[in-house]
Amino acid sequence: MIELLVARYNFWIAVVLMMLGFYAMMAKRNLLKKLIGMNVFQTSIFLFYISLGARRGGTIPILDAGGPYINPLPHVLILTAIVVSVSTTAVALSVLIGIKRTYGTIEENELPR
Amino acid sequence: MEMRPLLAILVSLGAAVLILLTGERHRNLRELWSIGAAVAKFALVLSLLGPVLRGETVECTVLRLYPGLDLCLRVDRLGLLFALTASLLWVLTSVYSIGYMRSLGYGEQTRYYACFALAMSSTLGIAFAANLLTFYLFYELLSVSTYPLVAHLQSPEAIRAGRKYLAYTLGSGTVLLGAIALTQRLAGTLDFRAGGFLQGSAPPEVLRALLLAYMIGCGTKAAIMPLHSWLPSAMVAPTPVSALLHAVAVVKAGVFGCLRVLGFVFGPQLLRQLGATVPLGIACGATILVASAFALAADNLKRRLAFSTISQLSYIVLGAVILSPDALRGAVLHLPFHAFMKITLFFCAGAIYAETHRENVSQLDGIGRRMPLTMGAFAIGSFGMVGIPPVCGYLSKWFLCLGAAEGSLPSLCIYLSSALLNAAYFLPIVYAAFFREGGQETREASALMVGPLLVAAAGTLALGIFPNALGVMELAGGIVREVLP
Amino acid sequence: MSCPASPWPALVVVMPLSAAFLCFVLGQRWRGTPLLISLLATALCCVGSLEILRELAASGPISYRLGGWRPPWGIEYRIDGLNAFMLLLISSVGMLATLYSARNVPLEVPGGVPHYYALHLLLIAGLLGMSITGDVFNLYVFLEISSLAAYALIASAGGRGLRASFNYIVMGTVAACFYLLGVGYLYAVTGSLNMADLAGLLPPLRHSPVVVIALAFLLTGLAIKVALVPLHAWLPDAYAYAPSSASVLIASLMGKVGLYAMMRLLFSVFPALLGSLPVLPLLCGLGGCAVIVGSVLALAQMDFKRMLACSSISQVGYIVLGVGLANDRALTGALLHVLNHAVMKGALFMAAGAIIQMTGQRDVRRFGRLHHRMPLTATVVLLGALSMIGIPPTCGFFSKWYLLLGSLEAGSWASAGVILLSSLLNAIYFFRVIERSLMAGGEPGGRSEAPLSMLLPMAVLGAAILLLGIFNQAIVAALLAPALRLAPWR
Repeated sequence: MIELLVARYNFWIAVVLMMLGFYAMMAKRNLLKKLIGMNVFQTSIFLFYISLGARRGGTIPILDAGGPYINPLPHVLILTAIVVSVSTTAVALSVLIGIKRTYGTIEENELPR
Repeated sequence: MEMRPLLAILVSLGAAVLILLTGERHRNLRELWSIGAAVAKFALVLSLLGPVLRGETVECTVLRLYPGLDLCLRVDRLGLLFALTASLLWVLTSVYSIGYMRSLGYGEQTRYYACFALAMSSTLGIAFAANLLTFYLFYELLSVSTYPLVAHLQSPEAIRAGRKYLAYTLGSGTVLLGAIALTQRLAGTLDFRAGGFLQGSAPPEVLRALLLAYMIGCGTKAAIMPLHSWLPSAMVAPTPVSALLHAVAVVKAGVFGCLRVLGFVFGPQLLRQLGATVPLGIACGATILVASAFALAADNLKRRLAFSTISQLSYIVLGAVILSPDALRGAVLHLPFHAFMKITLFFCAGAIYAETHRENVSQLDGIGRRMPLTMGAFAIGSFGMVGIPPVCGYLSKWFLCLGAAEGSLPSLCIYLSSALLNAAYFLPIVYAAFFREGGQETREASALMVGPLLVAAAGTLALGIFPNALGVMELAGGIVREVLP
Repeated sequence: MSCPASPWPALVVVMPLSAAFLCFVLGQRWRGTPLLISLLATALCCVGSLEILRELAASGPISYRLGGWRPPWGIEYRIDGLNAFMLLLISSVGMLATLYSARNVPLEVPGGVPHYYALHLLLIAGLLGMSITGDVFNLYVFLEISSLAAYALIASAGGRGLRASFNYIVMGTVAACFYLLGVGYLYAVTGSLNMADLAGLLPPLRHSPVVVIALAFLLTGLAIKVALVPLHAWLPDAYAYAPSSASVLIASLMGKVGLYAMMRLLFSVFPALLGSLPVLPLLCGLGGCAVIVGSVLALAQMDFKRMLACSSISQVGYIVLGVGLANDRALTGALLHVLNHAVMKGALFMAAGAIIQMTGQRDVRRFGRLHHRMPLTATVVLLGALSMIGIPPTCGFFSKWYLLLGSLEAGSWASAGVILLSSLLNAIYFFRVIERSLMAGGEPGGRSEAPLSMLLPMAVLGAAILLLGIFNQAIVAALLAPALRLAPWR
């Protein structure tokens, strides 16, 4: 059990982060905190991906460098995913501004049903 | 390809579109479309009589709906009999409608005529359907197109009746759809075949459940108890609707569906094997007697007629269930004969209502002296319902009794006692109308209403005296030979 | 397999994408341009998808390599009958929705017309991309493009749309993250992202827990996106409070493309796992629940758009049910329902938007005399409603018929019962609308029919409801049979 935890510690960190984010998204009443939770949630997945590509002693994947390379593809993918995440955050923030302007609050329980 | 069956359906569909486009502004033109379509439709159906009597089957495949299943119209004897009845009576009704709707000044008449035309298209579709899917298509269209007619008055009561009507018809339609899908799964075909096609396709329990589903599906429109209660509520509709749709087209579509299912899907042999005849017979027999009792108790004239319809419809289904040639002949004959008699009675009820705004039996004392033509026609219709010759009802009842005497004695008792009950709830009306004192100032309704009702009464008499007019007897004989060889 | 010279597969996605940019830039200066550009772009997409369909019929599945990179390294657009069908559906409904929006957007999104059209086109581009791509990660990117556009579109009307949009963002992001996580797992075990490649690599790994978890994450993500019960809570508000023309697009297409992605993954990527995991029965059960839950939710709604939205939950259930039954007939029914539901929901949402725009009423109880005030719109509502109930010969009946036969063929009496029961429930809430518009008295007032630019697409979809029903065999033979035959799981 301990071995599993240690050997795959990157996975476990991702899981812990993910749960933290998920908790914030579901339990917080403040919409901005929800949004922050959402970001943590996304980031955990990015970390998971990036750690997939990592390799002990690996170098940047340029042919001349020689030796074991880390896998670049997950990084490239996550670059895309980060862009997506930033845009999602931007859209969400502007929606939040809209909510604040319309209702004067971003506390979920104070918003009219 | 023979186009006449399709044209007969499309002609009133086209009329519905024209009616909607013409609208309230040119109402004479609008009603001309209606009458024109009715006449054209009757002519088209009549022109099919010759080939069918010669034993040809007129068939017309329109398009494919599902692999191996077409939207297919086939004119056989049973279908033609139903189509002839409905289309002929539509001609009378469309004239009568004009008189009725104008004299009562109802609104939304464009919708009324359009839906009426649509309903008649669906009725002919049902009559000519060559397979169950085509049948279902028109069966559902009939439910939907008659809904606005039932709720036409838009009063809270009418809207409630409309909802009830929908609940019953769409609910039963859903059961029917399930049954049809299962049939397709079991038999791989949905084509009607005289003598049935389900033989040996599934274990008996499944087939019994299937038959039950079909009887719920079609029996609701045929108002077999306990699925009847939409019909008395639907009497809130304008009288022409009650007359044509709820005494002829819709309820007869249900009965017609029952006949199709019994004779052309299951077939007599399978019905006997399943032991289905007795329970079905009990349901129908109970409906006949109970509905007659309700009719006795009803004071509202249209309501009384509705209950009488319920009981008469079960005459037909019972006749088919007895599975003897004479009873089947009687059942098939009762389809047009009852239609003629009942439409006469409804026309009379409508004429009385339009002129005097009376709808209760107890208010009709002495009215026969003021409206002799109307009440004379009513008397003819009533005699027919009781089974007094020479009005046509006696003939179908004679065959029904003959078949029952041979096949099932309890049914004979039911038929005979029901005739007595009929006498008990119809003849007092006639008596009161002519022989009781009642001093109201009324006169006959407009010629547009009296004309059709006299023609209908004359038709009732004529069919009794010349039963083979329109080839009715020949068609009935042919159907019996097809189904019970 | 052919590698055609025709650039249509790339163009179909690139055109709306670049048009979206143009809309934004040119729209700042010239007010009329966004609409024209959008119309042009969607029309060209239609042409493109027809061309692709033609090519497909002539030479079989098309593989288009973006940038000339060989799969599995490069991104591959891989088009078989199923994609081609989806492309045609998206681009044609997209074009009609664009036309519909012409007179609606300036009213509902004042001051944001260029932005609206940019998002509108982005959404269409995202949906087209999702349907055309043969790469699971590329699918994620397009999924997010379409979702982001949808979030913004829903929020663009302001008011309650903002709340709905925020909820949708949260749920949608969770969905996308789940999907991404699933893709990550798949990549971790196979080292590939190409669907065809994955399908070849997965069979030996079918008992690996990682693959099973990957499938679970992918499906959960997509289930949120299509609002499959019990993950449907975000949907009613999102569909109901978006601007009318956006609701048309979102309600008729977004769920369908999510369902397409689900089918694609199940049948083209994971067919090896379907035998050993109870995925299909699970989908069947969830679909059945969705059918009933959606209808019951819709029963409680008096807001017309919300009612339509809830009914979408149940219609998604039909399709998932068909996918879960997974026999030929049920799948045909599911695909037919993808098409039919897009058409009828599109028509109904268009009618709802027209009613809101002309009378200001969203409440079904105040639809009295609608057939006098807006006869054509009322007719479309009637047709759509009959089709949703499943009255023949409207198209809704035939998909139901296929699904019904499919469930009987699979021996699943429960699904057959659910399908029948739900048509009764549909009848209850749709006849409430019909009864109101046909029977009830209401505010007097003359005719105030919607403008032609709204009526025309509405009438086209209304006619399609009838025509697709009557000529359903032509559709099945021309579009669905190839979609089922050419899909790689055969």
